[in-house]
This record gives sequence, C-alpha cells and structure tokens, in this order.
Amino acid sequence: MSNKSDLKVVANPVMPTSVAEVEAGLSAAGYIASRQIAMAIHLACHLQKPIVVEGPAGVGKTELAKSLAHWLELPLIRMQCYEGLDESKALYEWKYGKQLLYTQILKNKISSVIGDSDDLSVALGKLHQFDDIFFSRDFLEPRPLLKALDEPRGAVLLIDEIDKADQEFEAFLLEVLSDYQVTVPEIGTVVARVPPLVLLTSNSTRDLGDALKRRCLHLHIDFPDPRLEARIVTSRVPGIDPRLLTQLVSFVQQLRQLDLRKPPSVSETIDWARVLVLLHTEVLGDETVRDTLNVLLKFEADIAAAQNELSTLTHRARREAGVA
Amino acid sequence: MSIPDAGGSLAGRSTFEPLRRFLDVARGVGLRISSAESIDAIRALEVVGYSDKAFLKDALGLVLAKTPSEKALYDEAFERYFRREGFLWSGEDRSDPVASEAPGSGSRVLSSLAQMLESNDRVGVTAAVEAAAVATGVQNIRYFTQTGLYSLRILRQAGLGELEGDIDAMERSGLPEETVRAQRLKGHLKGLREAVRTFVDGQLEMFGREDAEQFREDRLKTARLSGISQRDMIRMRTLVRQMARKLASRYARTRRRQLRGQLDVRKTMRRNVGWGGVPFLTHWKQRKIEKPRVLVLCDVSGSVAEVSQFLLMFLYALNEALSDIHSFAFAGSTIDVSELLDRQPVEEAIASILDKIGFQSSNYGNALAEFEDQWMHLVTPKTTVIIVGDARGNGANPRLDVFNRLSMRSKRLIWLNPEHPFSWGTGDSDMNRYMPFCSLVRVCNTLQHLDRAIGDMLKQQS
Repeated sequence: MSNKSDLKVVANPVMPTSVAEVEAGLSAAGYIASRQIAMAIHLACHLQKPIVVEGPAGVGKTELAKSLAHWLELPLIRMQCYEGLDESKALYEWKYGKQLLYTQILKNKISSVIGDSDDLSVALGKLHQFDDIFFSRDFLEPRPLLKALDEPRGAVLLIDEIDKADQEFEAFLLEVLSDYQVTVPEIGTVVARVPPLVLLTSNSTRDLGDALKRRCLHLHIDFPDPRLEARIVTSRVPGIDPRLLTQLVSFVQQLRQLDLRKPPSVSETIDWARVLVLLHTEVLGDETVRDTLNVLLKFEADIAAAQNELSTLTHRARREAGVA
Repeated sequence: MSIPDAGGSLAGRSTFEPLRRFLDVARGVGLRISSAESIDAIRALEVVGYSDKAFLKDALGLVLAKTPSEKALYDEAFERYFRREGFLWSGEDRSDPVASEAPGSGSRVLSSLAQMLESNDRVGVTAAVEAAAVATGVQNIRYFTQTGLYSLRILRQAGLGELEGDIDAMERSGLPEETVRAQRLKGHLKGLREAVRTFVDGQLEMFGREDAEQFREDRLKTARLSGISQRDMIRMRTLVRQMARKLASRYARTRRRQLRGQLDVRKTMRRNVGWGGVPFLTHWKQRKIEKPRVLVLCDVSGSVAEVSQFLLMFLYALNEALSDIHSFAFAGSTIDVSELLDRQPVEEAIASILDKIGFQSSNYGNALAEFEDQWMHLVTPKTTVIIVGDARGNGANPRLDVFNRLSMRSKRLIWLNPEHPFSWGTGDSDMNRYMPFCSLVRVCNTLQHLDRAIGDMLKQQS
C-alpha cells in the first residue's frame, strides 16, 4: 500500500470539511441527499476512492453524479457501459485517418530528410531522430477515461451501468480506479493530474467482481422514506401544494408496498407530481389517479394490480394529508 | 488477524484497537474483509472519528459492506459490537454504603480485589476485570470449551489468588466477625465468578464465530442433501449460491479465453477498405462456443425432492453461464416449472411445486411419456438433459423406448442419482436399465457431488 502514497498525485482540491457541507452543496445543486449519500461523497473525497452506487432504477444514481459535478463546478465525463465495450471506446484510440493522411503528405518530404545518406543504416538513423511521431499525443483520440485523467482541475467521472459491461472490462478498470492511471503501450503510463471523483452505477443485473468492490466504497441507494421523498419532490416541482404533496407521496409509498414488477421510482414520482400540478389537482381522486397511473407504472400487469387496490390507497393517502 | 500498520500518518495504535476488534466481530458474522479494506476503515475512521455513532456506522458501512445482504450482516455486527456492554458486575444491592464495617475495621490489609468487593466498588472491579481480560487476550477465544479456562485466567489476573488468601486467613483467625466477613467475601466471589463467566460467554459469541462458521460450512458441503436440518437450510442456500457463482465465473472466463483465435483475413480486409487495405483494425477468427441449453427433469417424490431442490437452486444461480434453463418436475406426472422458478425465488417455488405434485409415488414411465407428448420438441441436438431421480418407478413400465428417443434427440443425457451405486438395480430401481442410454451417470447426494457434476458438464461444453 505504501507505494500508493509515493505517486505524484495532487490532492483533490475539493475537500468538503463536513457531511453537512456536502448535503448543503448537493441540495444547492438540486439534489436532496440522504445522510448516507452525503457521507459517501464526503468519504470519497477524503479517501480518494471511487463509489459504487447500487440500487433500483430511477432512485437518482446518475442524477447524483450530475449534481455533484454541478456543485463542485467540475466537468462531468460520462461513460455509458454496454456489452462489448472495449479499451478503444473507453480509453483511447489512434486517429488512424490522420496518421494515414500525414504519412501521405510527408511521403514527398522524406527524400529531403534521408536524401544524402549513402546507405540504409544511416538513413534509418536519421529517421530515428523523429521516432514515434505518429504515435504521440497528437494522434491520440482520448476517450472518457483518458479525458477524465487529463482534466486539469479534476472531473467527475460517471461510469454508468457498469454491470452491463463484460467482466474483462471490469478488470481493465481496476488500474484506473485504484491508481488513477492508465497505460497506453505506445506512450507510457498516464497519471491523473488531479484524481477524478469516480462514480460507478450498477443496477445489479450481475454481481460485480470482488476485486472491483474491494477498491470502492459501496453505496446502496434505496427508495427514499416519505419525508425525504417529499423534500425531493418539492425541490424539483417548486410550486406544489403541500397537501397534494403529502397525498401523492403517501400514495407512491403505498404503491411500492404492493407486489409489482417495477415499483415506481423517484423520477416517476416527480413526473407524476408535474402531471398533477398541470391538471390543477388538489385532492387525489380515484378518477384522476386512474387516468394518470400510467405515468407511475410502466407495465400493464402492474397497472391492473394497482387498480384493484386503488380506492384503499387513495383513501389512506387522503386521510394522511387530512383531506376528507 | 492483525491490521498491517498503515504508515506514520496514524496516531497511536491504541486508538484503533476498538476498530480492530470490531473488524474481528464483523468477520465473525460472515463479512469478508480484506486487509486493504481494514486500512480503508481506519482511514474512514480518521475522517469521521468516534464521536457520532450514526456517522461512524454509515462510514464504516460504505467501506466494509459491499452488497445488500452484507449490509444487513454489517448492521447486525455493528449493533452487537457497539451496544456491547463489557463486563457487568452488579455487586450487592445496598442502598447504604457499608462505611460502618468498612475496611480497616480489621487489622489485616486486604488485597485490592478484596477491598473493592467489600466496599462494593463496581467501577473498580469492572476496571480490574476488563484490564485482566485484555491482559489474557480473551478476544482470541474460539471454542466453547475454552470458556472455563479463560474465566479462570481472567480471575487470576484480577487477583483471585490474593483474594482467596484473604478469605482463608479470615476463616483461620477464628474471630466471629472475621468469619462473617469471610462468608460475605465468598458470596461476592461467587457472584464475581458468574459475572466473569457470562462476560467470557459473550466474548465467545462475538469472536468465536468465524472458525465455527468455517467448520460448519465444510461439514455442510459433504453432508447428505436429504438430511439437512431446517436450521442449516439458510446457510446451505448461501453456500449453494457461492459455489454456483464460483463455477459460473470460472466457466465464463474459459469460454471467453477461447474466443481469441487466428486473424480473420477476409473480415480484416473488408473492415480496412477505407484505409486502402492497411490493416489498422484487425478482426480475429472466433470459435463460437455455445452456452449449454439445459433441460432438467426433477423427481420430486419423497427423499429425492431435496436433491432436486438443490440442483434447481444451483442451476438458477448459474444463470450467467447457462443460456437457457427449462425445468420440469415429475412424480406420478410431469409439470413445467420454469415459469414458477423464474418468477419466485427458488426456495419458495420449490415449496409450491411440492404442494402441487410432491410426495406422490413416482412413475417414471408415465412421466417420460407425458414429457414426450407435450415437450419433446424443446429437446434439440444442442440440449443437455439432466435427470435427477432414484429411478424407482414402483414397478411401472420404465418406457425405455421414450427414454431412448430422448437420448437420441439430445446432445447429452445426464442422470444424477442420489442413491449409492450399490443399490442401483435392486428392488424396483430401473437405474441399470436406463443407464445404457445416458451419456453420464453420477451419484449425487452432497453439495460437492453437485458442484462436480455441473462443473464437468460446463467443462465438456467449452
């Protein structure tokens, strides 16, 4: 472990002093973070470790990275993972076309360089003076990972849905994540100027490797509790009537208790709140809910299941908000 | 296990002693914590400090627990450790301090432990015992047989010898008040012994679990599947999942390694036409390796049901390495259970399957015939068919003709029999008659057997 401290890594300039500061910063960027989330960010900054963010779809995993970048005023570099993603798409690629073009252009100049040399070895020696001209940074097309390491002020690197990528790619990420460096065979090792803040998200479609997990902090974001969800909705839909807010949050929370194929996520709660505000709803009636249920639920079977319980759910939601 | 010293940035070692012990406890409940993670935990602790318990819990949880199930384990360990009250000695319940008959009334100077007991000094006794506990290294306790030994060691360290000496001397003095004092001290000592014993038991509960767990797992791997007690079921499930995952990742790796082949010249040329045929992008010949399609027929009658259950659990945990699993359960007749298994966790699904057809007497002939009627079209030359059963058809026609057709159609036909080969073919067992049609017949009644049988299947495939 000791060699890690020898690395010439400039300390991350963003160093929140407390968890509360993280919470405040994120909330200024429009993200209401729970205490765990704020703690994860706080620790990630101090320990310089990537965070694996897991949780059901739509609880704000990607949003967290965006808000973080916004708060810290760092560029957000996003890499979407998919099956078959490889180094040339994630790290770097040579600009083949440019290389080819330049060789064509320089063809005529070559005689002026080696023109007066008598034999092959002398000519080669002269060529060697220009050695790796075609394999230099000028011909390198940086992809997200390299870009993130190259950012002069650091960056927020979002590696989205890492579970969709192959296991090989995961192994390839290890060097980047633990030492903040990558090795390009033709150039050498590129070390981050300022280590980026890395977030990896996963929907747990497969288990991540132990090696990867060991190098990261692990944050599990679940559906928020009613109070947090209410705060989130208020921050995203500012003009919402507090009584409607209580009703709709209560309704969504109850809906998640049902046995659904895909329970409504926070983003869907926000969408629904927008819809209800647009419809000037004040009291959650069965009729309104039935008409707008497809905003919350995305499967036919789920909608059918919810409709059976509809009046019980809306009734309870209304009672909780204190409207008859 | 000790934490490597993480360099000079850390303050004294002692600050981290509670954390180090907590890591032991966390390992005891089954978390896998590497030394790198221990160091992270220390660094996290440096950031948040001990002052706020909720913060500390969040911070360590982020570092140590890496899956939802691990989070639950972690919560348990954290609560258990930090709620832990160390040594508890209630002493004597007296409202008035015994200043009147306080030490000093006798001429003798008593040992410190005796004095503290007499004056009912709870804090003093507790401190003495805890110091003694640290000195004897009670956190190294592993087995319940050690509790007596450790209790005695702690007591000795805390000054049991001197105390007994005092009591002895008092009794020998023959003075009535001294005898009373001695009686009193004896009573205290008894209470103290019990308290220490409880304390050591608590320590065993916290620190002794790791090894016991390992021992139990090893035993379970080779235990007969039909005789697993209800108590061990949960552990078995996690074990099955672990073994399957290991197998899956190993298999996935070999499958991919073989994808590196020779250069595919034609495709490379076509791909690089844009650069005048200079091969910038290469394309390699790939050997396509099929993931096995597996079709499982499980006997769910009587004693075989347990083995079937574990096989199904195993196969569904292998999802990564298998492309397509189709499962059927049969006893007297056959039903398709794939959908049921897809929808529910295997354990629940098994229960509902057993409700439907379980514990009927098995009729292999009938089950096979039904299978041929309705589902034979699912069997292709790429399918591996696995049958789990004891081949005891209660004397019914074994329908070898159907079995032959099944064998011809499928790529491989594997029979896993929970019975010992010795009893194959005895009584109503038709195993020997089915055997010639199978490509592989295996005894399978422990997790290890299961692991090997499936492992071999995957290996042959690649």
